[in-house]
Amino acid sequence: MSVARDRARYIARRVAGAVPTILLIVTLNFLLVHLAPGNAADVLAGEAGSATPEYMAYLRHQFGLDQPLYIQYLDYLKNVVTFDLGYSFREGMPVRDLIFQRLGPTLLLMGTTIVLSIGLGILLGIFGASRPGSLRDNVISVFALVAYATPLFWVGLMLIVLFAIDLRWLPTSGMVNIAAFYTGWQKVGDVARHLVLPAVTLSLFYMALYVRLMRSSMLEQRGMDYVVTARSKGLTERAITFRHVLRNASLPVVTMAGVQIGNLLGGSVVVETVFGWPGIGLLAFRALFSRDLNLLLGIFFVAACLVIVVNIIVDVIYTLLDPRIRLR
Amino acid sequence: MSVQANSTAPAVPGPAAAGARQGHAREFWQRFARNRAALGGLVVLLVIVVVALVGPLFFKQGPFELAGPPFSPPFGQFPLGTDMLGRNELAGIVFGARTSLLIGLVATLFATLLGGLLGGIAGYYGGAVDEMLMRLTEMFQTIPSFLFAILVVAILSPSIGSVILAIAVVSWPPMARLVRGEFRALRNREFVEACISMGMSDARVIVRHILPNCVSSIIVTGSLLVATAILTESALSFLGLSDPNVMSWGFMVGAARDFLQRAWWLCAIPGVAILVTVLAINVVGDGLNDALNPRLRRL
Repeated sequence: MSVARDRARYIARRVAGAVPTILLIVTLNFLLVHLAPGNAADVLAGEAGSATPEYMAYLRHQFGLDQPLYIQYLDYLKNVVTFDLGYSFREGMPVRDLIFQRLGPTLLLMGTTIVLSIGLGILLGIFGASRPGSLRDNVISVFALVAYATPLFWVGLMLIVLFAIDLRWLPTSGMVNIAAFYTGWQKVGDVARHLVLPAVTLSLFYMALYVRLMRSSMLEQRGMDYVVTARSKGLTERAITFRHVLRNASLPVVTMAGVQIGNLLGGSVVVETVFGWPGIGLLAFRALFSRDLNLLLGIFFVAACLVIVVNIIVDVIYTLLDPRIRLR
Repeated sequence: MSVQANSTAPAVPGPAAAGARQGHAREFWQRFARNRAALGGLVVLLVIVVVALVGPLFFKQGPFELAGPPFSPPFGQFPLGTDMLGRNELAGIVFGARTSLLIGLVATLFATLLGGLLGGIAGYYGGAVDEMLMRLTEMFQTIPSFLFAILVVAILSPSIGSVILAIAVVSWPPMARLVRGEFRALRNREFVEACISMGMSDARVIVRHILPNCVSSIIVTGSLLVATAILTESALSFLGLSDPNVMSWGFMVGAARDFLQRAWWLCAIPGVAILVTVLAINVVGDGLNDALNPRLRRL
């Protein structure tokens, strides 16, 4: 009862703590639009001449460009905070609906990537650390080093060449086979087949990061007193590793994964663009291509809110996993 | 760490100090050279720097000009072939090296200045200023940085300047945190207390006595930031957010993407260039870390 109340209070405090960050994001958006050369409406409409006069008038009204600057700011703040992100004439839909429609595929890609990269990262990290300096350890370390230096878009394209064009094992792009009209489990299988390459591409970089982190964390934990105690009790190395060290050593990885959520969203712009995965990343690329900056601003805002929400969720999960962490 | 920092703190200029500095340099080089991977990375990196500096002089035409028939395969008349518009692929790689290194270095320089300034103030003065600046840093770390970089370049329109600005604006937080941590630790050390009690100005204490003691950490973090900056630049230009007058590796991959089925090497080659460059910088950065902070050596 009291723990539940503490937890509710903790969440409330975290949500309140996110308010300055949201203010900062809105302010950055506002500043960017006004710092840009030329009239803000021109900036938002993109290249001159391509926008209709009605759209320009609409933008001028939405940003209240005939008002003093601070009123413009307050108006903009009020709109954004109520998720009134404006209308995209190029896509013919309110920005909010456009984004929420495409949140699902992005969350699916991100969720798969998080599970894959943390799982493989921890596993390979344990393999490497169990015999430091061995051939196995060196191969894993070199692999992580190379994966850490590889551009995501390039990995994606090369995987397409190999697995989709040459071997024809997996589809090149999209999320579903449009011509097939699958339903039920067949549809799930179809989406899963489309998900393989984007998820692997996006996972590779983060996995490399987690392998390095997990390896050094394992080596650090191995010298701890509780490991010596466990060994003196006569436990096997395997039991010590998996029952005692693993849990403690993976805490930094989970922390890092929380920190990386924002970067993961950035990475998914590139990966969704490469694979035509219909999430908010691809929407951002389309907005970029048609110079629909108002849509781009909306995507940035929603993405930032998403990061904040996920971070709070991760922290709450963390307190459930590790009872030593107090709900302060 | 503690003994070493104390002995280097009162850096008195003179012949004795010059000799000591030379000794330090030799010791540093020996420690660096012990790491074979770092040595290899350094050689590769030097080759890339030379290519970026003098390579463009060997091409009569710019990288955007038509050089021959489109889609010539590599190892023919053109060492790396030509792209879909008949541009010389090798020229693109050579000119692109210049762009990548330039943007990586300048953006990191700005990020280091900004992060160093904010982190330095926060760490030296502490208290409410520290609290406020660290909150700001944390907020900037929460923001999806690549999306923000996209936004900055798109709104300011793509140019070398806007790309550098965008990368610098998203990459200063780690530097601020590092410098703040170092400054905080050094601020409470005896030699700094002594300087302050002698009536030295804050600026003098910071520049002459604190900064020299954290230069090595700044260099290590900075080298890793350069690698990240090059990756970010390549991703931006892949999405079409690069200066239209400057050739860049990411742009080459992005432009050749539609012809993946016909000429996959047009995407593969610039990607390898990015990979090798970033890998070399990372490995050299690790080597610098081992050589400059031997006690903090990672396992």
